[in-house]
Amino acid sequence: MELVCPAGNLPMLKAAVDNGANAVYIGFRDDTNARHFAGLNFNDKQIAQGVQYAHDRGVKVFVAINTYAQPDGWERWTAAVDRAAGFGVDAIILADMGVLDYAAERHPNVNLHLSVQGSATNPAAIGFMQRHFGIKRVVVPRVLSLAQVAHLIEETRVPVEIFGFGSLCVMVEGRCLLSSYASGQSPNTFGACSPAAHVEWRDTPEGQETRLGGVLIERRSHSEAAGYPTLCKGRYEVDGELRHAIEQPTSLNTLDVLPQILAAGVSAIKIEGRQRSTRYVSQVTKVWREALDMCQRNPQAFRPKDSWHQILAQVSEGAQTTIGPYERTWH
Amino acid sequence: MAPLTTTSHRPRLSLGPVTYLWPREQVLDFYAEMLETPVDILYLGETICSKRRQLRPEDYWEIAERTVAAGKEAVISTLALIESDGELKTLKRICADERFMIEANDLAALDFLEGRPFVTGHSINLYNHRTLAFLAKQGLKRWVLPVELGRETATKLLASRPQGVECELFAYGRLPLAYSARCFTAYNRNLGKDDCQFCCGDYPDGLVVTTQDGNEFLDLNGIQTQSANTHNLLPALAEVTAMGVDVLRISPQSQHTADVVKVFADCLSGDLEPSVGTAKLREWAPSGLCDGYWTGDSGYKARMSA
Repeated sequence: MELVCPAGNLPMLKAAVDNGANAVYIGFRDDTNARHFAGLNFNDKQIAQGVQYAHDRGVKVFVAINTYAQPDGWERWTAAVDRAAGFGVDAIILADMGVLDYAAERHPNVNLHLSVQGSATNPAAIGFMQRHFGIKRVVVPRVLSLAQVAHLIEETRVPVEIFGFGSLCVMVEGRCLLSSYASGQSPNTFGACSPAAHVEWRDTPEGQETRLGGVLIERRSHSEAAGYPTLCKGRYEVDGELRHAIEQPTSLNTLDVLPQILAAGVSAIKIEGRQRSTRYVSQVTKVWREALDMCQRNPQAFRPKDSWHQILAQVSEGAQTTIGPYERTWH
Repeated sequence: MAPLTTTSHRPRLSLGPVTYLWPREQVLDFYAEMLETPVDILYLGETICSKRRQLRPEDYWEIAERTVAAGKEAVISTLALIESDGELKTLKRICADERFMIEANDLAALDFLEGRPFVTGHSINLYNHRTLAFLAKQGLKRWVLPVELGRETATKLLASRPQGVECELFAYGRLPLAYSARCFTAYNRNLGKDDCQFCCGDYPDGLVVTTQDGNEFLDLNGIQTQSANTHNLLPALAEVTAMGVDVLRISPQSQHTADVVKVFADCLSGDLEPSVGTAKLREWAPSGLCDGYWTGDSGYKARMSA
């Protein structure tokens, strides 16, 4: 099972490579990828250096071009595909059927992965994408239980990658418009959920408030820590009760079910977090490398070390972690 | 007031699938009522949750037969999120029936419908001309524009659309914003999805989520999250007609859907001014109107409907 780690810049890429990633995934400095944050991502010179650094050490590089192109700006997506292909990367991660169609036609020898943003959750959807665009891997949205992941792998010929650690999207990726409903910009159209320019923090006598596009998505007491301002993790009133109506401010950690993930036949496990720090990438990659090696040597005896959980807890967003949808009770 | 344009270019009206869990009798009564309205196209079928089985595919086919007999078009809508074998099997069975056009709402349906005429719903991500051309080659006859896209992209897609492919806009209703593995209605009732007790049936128009400063914001409908505000493109009627939009969709609510259809129809025929129509619609929208997506703004904002 391949360990796929995030890199928002060159130091992060080196940290992932040095700490045991089998592959790193990166993006260009624009809205063609789903981590379109200021100061993040790679220019051409950095990509060339990154690919060289990774390939010299036997590590693969994937480029995510996984937002949805609109007619205005379409050339940005096709140019991004051409550039990625030109750098000799090991795969391009795509979501948009139009961009996939372009890439498959123009670069038939480049490996295409279907992004989690492509929203393929079943064998028929994956089969459709495989037949038309020759995808070599599918990253499945965080909606399936582990039993469903195992079954999916039996039913499809396309290797399956899942998310193992990091922020937890509650909705089917690629089909969530909550961010644009509040702010006008979504992962699909802009490459970011809750874009920073639309987030407002305000101290009030009632508590600290977070607004997205003017909408109050959370109000917490001054002693509570503030998480990433996604509106799906705020507190709202439902039936007269104040509560987390969609999800708690948790993040995903599947370390405890790693043997089951391995047994299911998952081809690659992905760490979320291109927007995080070099320290995050170093520590998470290191822990997951050690865990994967130990689990692959002897899955029956695998028990996550306390030290791993401590390290991961330090870099997790939010106070709690969850196995999320992989566990049926989460649904 | 003169009609907006010549009859041949006037958009037709469609009724989207019922997205909520209503009792079987209520659904049957609802469609009996809708067949008496000036709506041209009915989308029929369960699109949200496979556990809802108060109506089976056979029931929807029967309603579709009645729809056609009433001189209207029937389209069978399919589930928006396919996860399990059972869901896939049902989808395959629905897609194997060739009497009616089918609306694909998950990529899986495209797999089954390839080579036959089909419609893509708003949850199929058709954001550009290349996707449009690709799907047209597979048999696409009509697409519903993803709801977060506005006039700018709609105009460009319409300018480059392949011959014989129609464009439909989600013109009225609570916006479909997201889908999840989790059932949010059950979650907020402290129930698991596997023991949901069909509690979404207690909310015939969804369960409203209100911000801590008292604004109705979202509407939970099982695994789907909708907007609380009702999206309304009636103020843009002349514009979308001039653009060549073919179909305007009205999404059913438990109250006043026939009234909404009549307002749209009267505005299309020139018997009612859209501004007067919008004033009426405002009275029937439980959490107010919005239209921000159309003008390139936040979806919840009301610019034209203000």
